[in-house]
Amino acid sequence: MNEGALGVLIVDDEAPARSILREHLAKVPGVRVLGECANGLEALRAAGELSPDVVFLDIEMPRLSGFEVLELLDPRIAAVFVTAYDEWAVKAFEVHAVDYVLKPFEPARIAAAVERARERLASRAPRDAEALAAAARPAGTWLERVVVRDGARVHIIPVDKLFAARAQDDYVELSSEGKSFLKAQTLASLAAALDPSRFVRVHRSHLVRVDAIARLETYAKGSYVAILTDGSRVPVSREGHARLKTLLG
Amino acid sequence: MHPILARPGRLLPYLAACAPLAAIVTALLARPGGLFLGEAVALAVPLTVAYAFMGLSPWYLCRQFPLKRERILPIVLAHALAGAVIASLWVGLAALLAAGFGLIPAFQGLPGRFAGQAIALLAAGFLLYLLSAALNYVLLALEAASEAERREAELEILAREAELAALRAQIRPHFLFNCLNSISALATADPPKAQEMCVRLGEFLRKSLSVGERKTISVAEELALSRAYLQVEALRFGERLQVEEDLDERGDLCQLPPLLLQPLVENAVRHGVASLIEGGKVRVSVACSAGRLRILIENPLDPDAPARPGTGVGLANVRQRLAAKWGADGLFAAKRLADRYMVVISVPAEVAA
Repeated sequence: MNEGALGVLIVDDEAPARSILREHLAKVPGVRVLGECANGLEALRAAGELSPDVVFLDIEMPRLSGFEVLELLDPRIAAVFVTAYDEWAVKAFEVHAVDYVLKPFEPARIAAAVERARERLASRAPRDAEALAAAARPAGTWLERVVVRDGARVHIIPVDKLFAARAQDDYVELSSEGKSFLKAQTLASLAAALDPSRFVRVHRSHLVRVDAIARLETYAKGSYVAILTDGSRVPVSREGHARLKTLLG
Repeated sequence: MHPILARPGRLLPYLAACAPLAAIVTALLARPGGLFLGEAVALAVPLTVAYAFMGLSPWYLCRQFPLKRERILPIVLAHALAGAVIASLWVGLAALLAAGFGLIPAFQGLPGRFAGQAIALLAAGFLLYLLSAALNYVLLALEAASEAERREAELEILAREAELAALRAQIRPHFLFNCLNSISALATADPPKAQEMCVRLGEFLRKSLSVGERKTISVAEELALSRAYLQVEALRFGERLQVEEDLDERGDLCQLPPLLLQPLVENAVRHGVASLIEGGKVRVSVACSAGRLRILIENPLDPDAPARPGTGVGLANVRQRLAAKWGADGLFAAKRLADRYMVVISVPAEVAA
């Protein structure tokens, strides 16, 4: 906490939207606006430097969407989403009890959002940014890219370039074009966000993109190993083999 | 399958309609010096029924050889040959029947009397074939006309649907709510600008609503509409949104379906300029030469941005509307390059009458 006052960061790519939000927040007692950012990358940097308690996060922004920013943001920071109109997102916010304010802004609504963010910070309620992002996608659409934070850098991996993912405790190790990236996410939540006709959980702790498989080799009785087009080897369990067979017919 | 044989309910009325033919054949066979009347009737009835079916055959040939001035000789030859074959078969059948009936005592001497009538019957069979062929051509022409009418009605419906979709897409809630938010922001920070935004937004909405009812509008009007939209967006995006126009005044009066360009310009802003941190330039260029109107809309985009859902529908709509108006002559192409997106429209340059 910033000396009793709640530190707020405003993230929106439209200058008028930032200025009106600042204006409304200025009237809420106990709130201090620490800064404004015009995009997600700036927001991640500023969040590291300014340690806000709450970010007001626009959804449609260049480079990184609000949902992607949330995935990469320190989980101790509370988020209030800002949107003009997005049925899917609003449903997702309701389901996941994430706070949001609609444009055009209503001052009372912003004050209420600040109050709830305060409660959330006090209760230290965990949040699942990936599940929220998945719920905000229209039905039948899948994750198209994965964002990973690597220190100050943000990597954007299109799913076409994602070869495989491997569970590593609370992280997934993503392999793409010979490089590997670590992301704080469970393999199950990643698998749930990807198109099931393209990505298959071939093993309890391995996920592969089907068209990245060059061939399958028998490893031992009832277990196999998939050789990917980049030469890497991924174990395939009996269940994983069955899933692959169902998918490939 | 022949349309008369395709439905059982049509067969009986068709055979009934052939009854006058039986009378004609009877009269033909019972001419003075020919058959007795009883014999003529006995032969005419089965021959008429047989011809009723044989007379359907030109339909297949008529469909195979649609009437065309440049192919008239092969068509005439084909029908003459088919007519000769059908008439010969018919006369052959008549001779067989005559021979059969001749075995009955009451009809003694019938084959001999029939032989004298065979040539006349052959000529009648041939002429009947030609008549049937002519009738079939008339029916096919009527069918083609009603088919063309149906297709035209379908195109009309398609054009209406496209128009409706364009209108619905016009007032994108996202755009409107964002505008209202900007106006609310400017109301205290910069009141004159807030007023300007209200005016621009009003202008844009008014124009959108008024042009939607018209079948076509001029390029100049459509560009004015796009400009009004861009001016509203410029107030939201500030420096990030730049616009470059490269116009050809010969294209100003050319006609387009309304609200065709504006959604494309809006895509260029929403999916292009808005996806870039530094923003970028939307380029609109119009060229008119050699009887064609060409319009190019180009925008930069974030190479890492996934293909946005929804744009496909909008582009299909543009394509459909151009096809409904110009058929294969209305061209539309959209291309995503590494860091740019462009759409091109090329249509006949048509000035309002």
